Amino acid sequence: MFQFIFRRLSLVIPTFIGITLLTFTLIRLIPGDPIEVMAGERGVSAERHAELSAQLGFDQPLYVQYFRYVGGVLQGDLGNSLITKEPVLSEFLTLFPATIELAVCAAIFAILIGLPAGIFAAVKRGTILDHSVMTFSLTGYSMPIFWWALLLMLVFSVTLGWTPVSGRIDVVFWIDDVTGFMLVDSLLSDEEGAFSSAVSHLILPSIVLGTIPMAVIARMTRSSMLEVLSEDYIRTARSKGIAPWRVIVIHALRNALIPVITVIGLQVGILLSGAILTETVFAWPGIGKWLIESIGRRDYPVVQGGILIVATIIIVVNLLVDIAYGVVNPRIRHSR
Amino acid sequence: MSLLKLENLSVSFGNFRAVDNISYQVDEGEVLGIVGESGSGKSVSSLSVMGLIDYPGKVSADKLSFDGQDLLSMPETQRRKLTGSEIAMIFQDPMTSLNPCFTVGYQIIEALKTHQGGSKKELRQRAIDLLTQVGIPAPETRLSAYPHQLSGGMSQRVMIAIAIACNPRLLIADEPTTALDVTIQAQIIDLLIDLQRTKKMGLVLITHDLALVAEVAQRVIVMYAGQIVESGPASEVFSQPKHPYTQALLASLPESAAGKSRLDALSGVVPGMYDRPQGCLLSPRCPYATEHCHNVAPENQGPIGRQVKCHTPLDEMGRPAA
Amino acid sequence: MTTQTLTAPAPRTPLQEFWHYFSSNKGAVAGLFFICIICFMALFADWVAPHSPSDQVRDALLLPPAWLEGGNWAYVLGTDDVGRDILSRLIHGARLSLSVGLVAVTASLGMGILLGLLAGFCKGVVDTIIMRIVDIMLAMPSLLLAIAIVAVLGPSIVNAALAISIVSLPHYVRLTRAATMAEMSRDYVTSSRVIGAGPLRLMFICILPNCLAPLIVQATLGFSSAILDMAALGFLGLGAQPPTPEWGSMLANALQFVQRAWWVVTFPGLMILITVLAFNLMGDGLRDALDPKLKH
Repeated sequence: MFQFIFRRLSLVIPTFIGITLLTFTLIRLIPGDPIEVMAGERGVSAERHAELSAQLGFDQPLYVQYFRYVGGVLQGDLGNSLITKEPVLSEFLTLFPATIELAVCAAIFAILIGLPAGIFAAVKRGTILDHSVMTFSLTGYSMPIFWWALLLMLVFSVTLGWTPVSGRIDVVFWIDDVTGFMLVDSLLSDEEGAFSSAVSHLILPSIVLGTIPMAVIARMTRSSMLEVLSEDYIRTARSKGIAPWRVIVIHALRNALIPVITVIGLQVGILLSGAILTETVFAWPGIGKWLIESIGRRDYPVVQGGILIVATIIIVVNLLVDIAYGVVNPRIRHSR
Repeated sequence: MSLLKLENLSVSFGNFRAVDNISYQVDEGEVLGIVGESGSGKSVSSLSVMGLIDYPGKVSADKLSFDGQDLLSMPETQRRKLTGSEIAMIFQDPMTSLNPCFTVGYQIIEALKTHQGGSKKELRQRAIDLLTQVGIPAPETRLSAYPHQLSGGMSQRVMIAIAIACNPRLLIADEPTTALDVTIQAQIIDLLIDLQRTKKMGLVLITHDLALVAEVAQRVIVMYAGQIVESGPASEVFSQPKHPYTQALLASLPESAAGKSRLDALSGVVPGMYDRPQGCLLSPRCPYATEHCHNVAPENQGPIGRQVKCHTPLDEMGRPAA
Repeated sequence: MTTQTLTAPAPRTPLQEFWHYFSSNKGAVAGLFFICIICFMALFADWVAPHSPSDQVRDALLLPPAWLEGGNWAYVLGTDDVGRDILSRLIHGARLSLSVGLVAVTASLGMGILLGLLAGFCKGVVDTIIMRIVDIMLAMPSLLLAIAIVAVLGPSIVNAALAISIVSLPHYVRLTRAATMAEMSRDYVTSSRVIGAGPLRLMFICILPNCLAPLIVQATLGFSSAILDMAALGFLGLGAQPPTPEWGSMLANALQFVQRAWWVVTFPGLMILITVLAFNLMGDGLRDALDPKLKH
């Protein structure tokens, strides 16, 4: 098992190096002189230019710049924001809980709906239930989620008035930032109604962000279940006279989940990029909104650092999924 | 008293009848051989006995009873109590028939727990006993093995252990050796026959292997395209086949081709969904077929216990009756 | 002895066979039908659209759809905040979305096939390098990568199309490589190699045609994700710039109309949804029809 984890870990390192190369080059692809670009329209004097250039290491050869960059990254130094002058990492860390909160709720929504829907569709193959699950999931899969967000907002917030339009909590509450997770913080605070306000703010964004993963999970679960249900060992299980629910839940699901877990893991990327759109629409103060605003402000260190962190998170999650895959699937655990 | 009795059992998938009005019975402690080519409905008929035919397959029968109880009319839950305990089945491919996600022990104990229950320790001990019975060395350690760690022969032994876990009175073995190495095949068959004798089980042995059936079965059924074309005591059917198909099957054995340069084989294939002939199903391939055979389907002939579905059953010399 | 004549069904041509399977999938046919309509609209937008997409009618700001009170049949789906006909903008937007999809898919398909064939054919170092890069690109969510590229190159429709084609490249490379490796081990490739076929001939004449089925399916699905990503970029203000009638950018400032003009919000998104859905439906149908084995 340790050997298995170690092997997976060693595969991650080249990918990480590749990503640092990518973010490093990306910034240098900006047309024009980087310092001019960073300085914006006001321009910069010649001495200041030389000073900045030395300070930022632009006068060094490229490979030295790269190693400096990677060295900084490894020590958690992702540079400072051009606008706020704050370190990119600390800005990221203050905003990240909001995105995690949203992404986790979206993932829970997606799994809670997608998994059972896929199982039912497979078990009731060819029925109306199956067809409607498949139609809904393909529609969800094709959904432009920024529009879906607007549409849900139009119906539930504006027309029906059930949910708030944007933000994480009602402005009347002043919640101390303890964990960064509004659901937890609002519980910790003594303010009455704060928690329910936080929940109601989360509902629509979670549904919006969870829609595509839900559709993907439902489709994958269905096809995986269908495949497993036709396996010989399911016939064996049934020939033992086990109750049908037990055959499906114990014997089929365990095997069918193996590819589904991989797919759920892959949704982390979709969730994080979807968060960019969802957070923009719902004015959710997370890293997605932060990245887009930084692009608008031409705050390149933030863009560079943010992309690096997000990509790293995705790699790490994929690694964890791989390991989880080994745990569920004895064949992999033993054979390698 | 017959243990299992089928009367006019049919299994259809849409418009296609995979099993077409077959009737047979198995007595307690008897070995019944079912032989036939691939696609002749051997497996499907036994799956229907186990109640394992799924939508869109449909099972219909005048009678399908086990030990006097009607299997078709009894409620689902009651029937499940029989399957796995009183009637058990082992399958063709042992490597895919065990669930890869669970240990051998779990899968054996599951069968025991479903029908008999007991404490964890008892169940474990019984699982070890079962593995010993089926001849698996070091059974204690095997309990925690996963199926992919076992060889084909070992897996089939585990399958047999699962099948005999609840001391079934009827065991259906669907080509239990087809997927195994030749050297292992004999061991598995010996094991099955041993268990059958000591436990006095009825055994339905479905196979391609005519020599095997001739050796171990008391009675034999020959199936072709979903129908039973000939049935009778094994010794009689093989020494004096009455149906041209049985004759052809026997002629295709290497043993009967001694002195010839080529094996005899029937031309053509078993008719499928789209090319079912009008009259006798064998007529396109039968060397003796007449105009009558092509137009009219034959009925069963002969006494109960020695029946043949042919217009012109073969005589002692292996020639069609006039 | 008479011989029984069995009427065997006449063998179908590959095209007929394909159509037989494809048309048995109603969703796929519906998708194809809708795609045809969209293509027609896009090609003949200048004639089909009742107005110019950029005409601003001062006395018809935020007009509701025609069937509502205050609507005007001259503007069937209503008008936006500067008095432009929404229907006309949608029709012209179809032209833009489809051509971006076409450019992006063609570019990434071409590059992907080339790199995939190279990786699968050469193996060794070339394969390792190409596949590492592909892995890195796959580690990034496509939208994020596209945003990063556009952020660097500057927001415009051309850069967005470029970003989308780069982002979708890895899928084609992987597919082509996998198919190439599978085909390479086949006997017919060995035999043509033995005959003396050069590597180029082997790659493009022998192997490529046999890898096409999964690529066609992926290209169809690639259309839908290109349209979706394009709209997302447009929505974020990183794609087509106003006043270009692009579906996503039509929604860019729709947030302010959620309260008072639902039609401004609803129709562009519906258009994106239906078009993407149509491509996905057709892609699924193609997959089933071209190769049943591809269903996972």
